[in-house]
Amino acid sequence: MVKKHLQKLSGKSVEIVSICSAIILWQLIAVYVVQNKFYLPSFTDVTFAFVDILSRDAKLDLLGLDYQLPVLLVDLIYSLMHFWIGMLSALAIGIPVGMIMGWFQTIDRIVDPLIEIIRPIPPLAWIPFAIIWIGLNPLAAGFLIFIGAVFPIIINTFTGFKNVSRVYVEAAKVLGCNTDRELIRYVALPYALPSIAAGIRIAMGVGWMCLVAAEMFGVSRNGLGYKIWHHYYLHNMEFVLVYMLLLGFLGLFIDRVLRYYIDGKLLKWRKGVVI
Amino acid sequence: MGEVRVSNVSRRFTKDNDTSTLALDNVSMEVNDGEFVCFIGPSGCGKTTLLRIISGLDKPDKGEVYLDDRVIDAPGPDRGMVFQEYSLFPWKTVIENIIFGPQMSGIKKKEALEDAEKYLELVGLQQFRDSYPYELSGGMKQRVAIARALANEPSVLLMDEPFGALDAQTRNILQQELLEIWEKNNITILFVTHSVDEAVFLADKIVLMSARPGKIKEVIDVGLPRPRDRTSLEANTLRERILRSLVREQKK
Ligand SMILES: Nc1ncnc2c1ncn2[C@@H]1O[C@H](COP(=O)(O)OP(=O)(O)OP(=O)(O)O)[C@@H](O)[C@H]1O
Ligand SMILES: [Mg+2]
Repeated sequence: MVKKHLQKLSGKSVEIVSICSAIILWQLIAVYVVQNKFYLPSFTDVTFAFVDILSRDAKLDLLGLDYQLPVLLVDLIYSLMHFWIGMLSALAIGIPVGMIMGWFQTIDRIVDPLIEIIRPIPPLAWIPFAIIWIGLNPLAAGFLIFIGAVFPIIINTFTGFKNVSRVYVEAAKVLGCNTDRELIRYVALPYALPSIAAGIRIAMGVGWMCLVAAEMFGVSRNGLGYKIWHHYYLHNMEFVLVYMLLLGFLGLFIDRVLRYYIDGKLLKWRKGVVI
Repeated sequence: MGEVRVSNVSRRFTKDNDTSTLALDNVSMEVNDGEFVCFIGPSGCGKTTLLRIISGLDKPDKGEVYLDDRVIDAPGPDRGMVFQEYSLFPWKTVIENIIFGPQMSGIKKKEALEDAEKYLELVGLQQFRDSYPYELSGGMKQRVAIARALANEPSVLLMDEPFGALDAQTRNILQQELLEIWEKNNITILFVTHSVDEAVFLADKIVLMSARPGKIKEVIDVGLPRPRDRTSLEANTLRERILRSLVREQKK
């Protein structure tokens, strides 16, 4: 009977049951097995902590602004600011570099070895230099995220440009599209767009992962990543978990929005292609 | 005007310094304005190479190609090309593909769109105006490719086995349509094909090419009255003659 009823429910029933049981299991283990809030806060601990955070205020002290806002919102604003400083600069530099490398063979040969040497260095290894060069400010956090995000963007843009079929370039030439600039603008760029978009998605994932570490060394007094360390020092592990979950959900949300936009708007013409 | 003159053209492809292919060896020929010329010859004899040189996509090592007494040294909108592979831009709809050429030469989008409808009608694809290439069959794709080439109003249309990938029935229909377009638009057509039947049905003049190194072996004036009947006695005799000549060439 129960089974039948479940099947009748929407297609999401299995997923809902899965999540609910995981939460119940977590609660049982935390309360009856671990029995220590410091090692494993329970689901209810985390829920109360979340409600508690919601009621707190903080001062948004940014660019001469001075507002009293919910603390969560302030953290979110700071984190998104760090993230976008890094992402936007990665886009602004990564896409042109990838395009030029993909189109002009000589430039590829000059730049490629340098990139191949720098790329394997984990982004977090740049923290000391980020502090020395830029100082303890949001730009330093942006720099780390930039380092993490720029290489996937360069490489995917480059690959997209390299793969432009000769027949499209020649068809365009015969139709009167002759300069490098026109060919890049009207043929290579639209052709490479799916690959570039995939690169941006990867870059956003990597950038998001760099965020916690980038905020760890005290670039600002707020931020979702910073708050993880802040509450860890205060031994408020249920608060740590709240911020961890928030980072997870936000990352998921950003990826979903991006994917929706890319698939729905940008890549209508790829429907015939099996990816 | 679309008068093409190929004069002493040679083209050699060099690979790793020691191996090289002589694709075209001192080829000369003339095509009159408004003529329909078919090129036929064994695989690898340089037909594509010759067409690419005329289009300006490739350059000869020796010799020149003239269009109305001007030397050709780069691609230009006066020469349209339909490729053997499907070459429609997959990120553009049918109509966007057709207006690409006019837009490149600076015509306003609104005007280009109005003109494009005409060419869309010419190839009978009004229904598929806003479809993407992946939604079209092979025959439709080549029709759009023809419309796209015509939208630039070229005086010469270069076609490299444009119907090579199509089934016999679609091929016959498209040949018929192409002839109608050719008669309506007064353009010169240079058409590469593997099919003797196709050449005999379409051409005013058939250029037979010989295997490596690519040379012109013989130019045949078809001289059959239009509209042509594929099964007529004269067509059969001509086909046989060309086939025999090709077989001899392939044996070499
Ligand atoms: N880009 C290139 N690099 C090296 N060799 C080439 C190149 N293009 C053509 N060739 C060589 O030149 C010769 C003529 O090639 P081409 O493509 O013109 O032949 P074709 O007559 O069009 O053949 P098919 O009927 O099979 O299409 C061939 O031997 C080919 O290997
Ligand atoms: Mg060929």
